[in-house]
Parts: sequence; structure tokens; C-alpha cells
Amino acid sequence: MTTSAACAVKRILAKGNEAVCHGAIAAGCRFYYGYPITPQNDIPEYMAAQMPKIGGSFLQAESEVATINMMLGTASTGTRVMTSSSGPGISLMQEGLSFMVGSQLPAVIVNIARSGPGLGGIAPSQGDYFQATKVAGHGDAHLICLAPHSVQEMYSLTMLAFDLADKYRNPVMILGDAIIGQMKEPYEPTPYTSVVPEKPWALTGAAGRAARSVKSMFLKEGEIEAHNWKLLEKFRKIREEEVRFERYMIEGAKFLIVAFGTVARVAKTSIQWARSEGIPVGMLRPISLFPFPEEQVREAIEGVEKVLVAEMNTGQMVEDVQKSTPHHDKIRFFGKPCAMPTPDEILAQIRLIAGVKQ
Amino acid sequence: MKNAAGKDMFSKLVYERPKTLLDRRLHYCPGCHHGTIHKIIAETIDELGQRENTVGIAPVGCAVLLYDYMDLDILEAPHGRAPALATGIRRALPDRVVFTYQGDGDLASIGMSEIIHAANRGENITVVFVNNTTYGMTGGQMAPTTMLGQKTTTSPYGRDFRTEGYPIRMAELLAGLEGVAYSARVTVSSPAHIRKAKEAVRKGFEMQLKGMRMGLSIIEILSTCPTNWGMKPLDAQKRVLGEMADYFPLGVFKEKKQADFE
Repeated sequence: MTTSAACAVKRILAKGNEAVCHGAIAAGCRFYYGYPITPQNDIPEYMAAQMPKIGGSFLQAESEVATINMMLGTASTGTRVMTSSSGPGISLMQEGLSFMVGSQLPAVIVNIARSGPGLGGIAPSQGDYFQATKVAGHGDAHLICLAPHSVQEMYSLTMLAFDLADKYRNPVMILGDAIIGQMKEPYEPTPYTSVVPEKPWALTGAAGRAARSVKSMFLKEGEIEAHNWKLLEKFRKIREEEVRFERYMIEGAKFLIVAFGTVARVAKTSIQWARSEGIPVGMLRPISLFPFPEEQVREAIEGVEKVLVAEMNTGQMVEDVQKSTPHHDKIRFFGKPCAMPTPDEILAQIRLIAGVKQ
Repeated sequence: MKNAAGKDMFSKLVYERPKTLLDRRLHYCPGCHHGTIHKIIAETIDELGQRENTVGIAPVGCAVLLYDYMDLDILEAPHGRAPALATGIRRALPDRVVFTYQGDGDLASIGMSEIIHAANRGENITVVFVNNTTYGMTGGQMAPTTMLGQKTTTSPYGRDFRTEGYPIRMAELLAGLEGVAYSARVTVSSPAHIRKAKEAVRKGFEMQLKGMRMGLSIIEILSTCPTNWGMKPLDAQKRVLGEMADYFPLGVFKEKKQADFE
């Protein structure tokens, strides 16, 4: 006899973009700034409706440049804050993101990625991988980057994003795309249980304590170098402690897929189909893209004959996979920029690496 | 001679450094107005009793080290973005006093969008706008407020309206927006002007205090940059009160009254 059924959280049907909002609100986020851009408009629209009802604040900024700077202001007071955007909007935020990293401010940025470059299109894409994982604007700056592959994860990783942002005092990006944002499926809105840490650096007015400053400029001899080493040390700790990944049907696999987000979700179906045809294939799915699960990818590649890296772009994460292993000859890349690959298309790629005649 | 309590009987304290201003040596050039402007802001915050309730925003520019000079919580802004930062602070902490300190390149060029929209939203913040017609820290380049004919390092033949347009009058421009509670232009080029400037700064801060909250206030302060103007400090003061004040008239362009809201 178990009581777990009675305790289980009731599942609800929601879009990925809605689940992001649910996660943010559950994590105590009451401040949202944003600017309209497809395909993420459900997020600001939801927040505009909900924030006033729960004592929060929604503000449509005049641009994404203003958005990220309003966030910088709110984050500096030690208050949780979120935005969402896509492609060109995320590019406009790069300056502010660099300032956030330099000033060590926590914030959550949701990128419901669309096709690029330029105005590109509103179709889903994973073409922002480099931008999300390699840089936060100028300087030696990184974001923590999480890639959900289900509506459930849009919810739970958003909650986690707030915790990681506070823990490391660094902006965290949720990297989704038009599919994961618009996709509807049931999920469990599990309760938020983390404890929000004290923020003894926050600007609240210097009442009964020494004045504080939050800044990213260090002019005195050796200061900026020391600051960079300090940030590096933080990123090293993040690489050590915050790697997240999923191993899917990897038992006895001779062939491996490495994919994230929407593509990983599609690949799960392809893997099931391939397994039913007798092809021993599994998947290593990076959930944290920064830090990238290098060790786990290396290890998984050791045990297989061939690797398929599948992405909705012309080849970005594949470079991190190559960096993880000396066995470059095992790796085959399958890219479909600006469109979701079908399970059949990925199955065809699996057959190809498995040497199965089609 | 001291009295029983050990106090000097024949001296009376007539002036002291405002508490908000730290006892530090300023890095500004001789004849620069930043020091005087810092002081009147610090005095105002002291007099209004808001030192422990204020968050300031330091700009990109010569005044970036504001946090080294003021005993306040201070956030450093990306160039031009101070009004957006102030919006984010004020919305999270609606009971705090929030001010930005911005130069002409910062506010009228790269940050034009942020100031216009913060003003139009009527954010309850005070903007201290230091207009010295040039980019001081980067080496005296042309600003949107550079006077016609003024030679700068990027207008070496003098600003020409046919190619660079006209110097922009921000106090008047912002006064035209409904969200602005107070807009004035002052200078600190003489003791009398300093007193007037102080009054304006005080009005600007009062506009965002409890019971008021009538919108954004901007105090444009015509200022010097003797180093980049290639002028002696005294000549620089004369330029402010002459050529600059002719084009950028001093005065109050907008002042909302509490009655406007009742």
C-alpha cells in the first residue's frame, strides 16, 4: 500500500512557454521585463496577466537593451528577475549580460530560439548554441545554460535556473526553441522547495551598514586581472558541480546519439524505432550546455562504434563533442537548420551509422 | 578657551562636509564641476535625511567613481542605460530614493532611448544631467550637445550643422513629456548659481519622496571641461555663463504641483 498516488501533484496541460512562467512564479520571481518578439510572446503575455495578481511587477520595456538593464537594476537589489526573448532580442542583450557577469548579478534569461542569422525567421532553431554557451557579450564571460526537452523540464529547469543564478551570482539562460515553447503536453508542477540564499551584496540603501557598490569596472593595478581569475574560479566550480545530462537507452549501445532540447526529444522516438529493428543505439543528452558534460560524452563515446550528433543548425554543439573525445573518426554530424527533424529522418541517420541498408 | 564640557567657547560650526560625501581626494581636473555637483547632491540627500534610503547610479564617464566619493549604495551602469537600471531598482524597492548621474554623451546620445522612455513612463527617479558639451573621459569627442563651431577631437574643423546637426536641448525636450515632474537647467559657475542649482537638485529629489511621486525629474547642469576645451578654469566658467547659457537657457521648464494630481 502506498500513499504516493494521493500525494502526487496533479498533472496539468500546458505549453512550454506557460510552464516557464509557472516555474518562475513558483520560484518566487515577481519581476519580469520584456519586449515582444516571436515565438516567445506567450511568456510576456502570461506574466502581464499574472504579475499584478500576485504582487509582482510586469513592465514592457522599450527595447531588449532596456530590458536587460532594467533586470540589472532589479537584480542589484537582490530580487529575482526574469526575461524572455529570441534571436535578435538576445543579441541586443549581450552588453547587459556581460555587465551582469562582471558585476556578479543573478538573473534568468529565457531564449525561445528562432532561426537566424539576422531577422531569419520564426521557425525553431538551435543556431544560438554558440552564443548561449561560449559568450555573454564581451570579455571572459559565460552564462550557465540549461536546455529543456519537455514541458516538464521547461518548468523544473526554470526553477533550477533561479537557484543556480543565486548560488553563483551569474545570469542563467534557458535555451529552448519555437517547438519546445509552443508544444503542449501534460506535466507535474512539483512544489518549489529550495531555500533562497541571503544576499549580503544587494543594494537596498545603506541603512545601518556600510555602503555597497555593484560594479564591473576595476581600474587599480592588477584588480581586473584578479577579478577575471576569480570569475574563472567560479566557472571552474560550475563545470565541476553543475553538469547535468540524461543517459537514454544507453545499455549495450553500439551506436550513440548526442543531441539536446527538441532534437533529443525527437531522437528518443527514433531510438525506440531503431531498437525495435535491432539496432543497439542510445543517447547521451546534455541538459546543461554550459557546463557541457564533457566527461560523460567522452566516456559514452569510448564504448560505441559510431556517434551521431544531431542539431537544428549547421553544426555547433558537435564542436564540443569533438573537443570531448579523441575519436573524431567515430562522429557523424546531422544538421537541419531552421526546421525540426522528424523521427524518420533521425532513424535514417541511425541506420546510416549502423551500416543498415535502407 | 574651552568651557567645562571641553567645547571651544569662541568657535561656532558654520560648515562641514556633508555625511553623504566621503572624505576622499577627488580625481577631477582643476576647474571641473563634478566636485561641486557631487557636493550639492550629497548636501541635498543629507538635508532630506535620505542617506540610508538612497541608491545612486554611477555613469560611464569621468564620474564613474561616484561610489568612491559618496557614502551610498551605488550601482554602476553601462553607458547610457542608467534610467533603465533606475527603473529596475525603483520598481523592486518603491520606497527608496533613486538617482542617476549622467553626462551628455551618456544621456543625450547612446542613452537617448532609455531617458525618453523612463521620462515618458514617469518613473519616480531623479536624473542629474551634467552637460559639458563633450565626452570628457574618452578624450573630448563631439557630443550631441557640442556647440556649433566647437572644435572637438572628432569635429576638428568645428561642429557643422550641415553634417552633424544641432546641439540638443534636453531639459526642454523632456519637459514636453507628460511623465516628467520637474525639468530645469542650472549651472554652478558662480556662488549664486550654485545656490540656485542646489534648489533645483532639492526640488528634483523631493519630487520622488513619499507623498509626491509625481514622475521623473531632470536637472541639467551646464558644466565645464577645461581640459578638453583647452581652456583655463576661469575662461571655462565664462564660457558656461556666456556662449553656453545663451544657447542652453537657464531656468525651470516644468514643475508639477501636488495639486495637479488631486
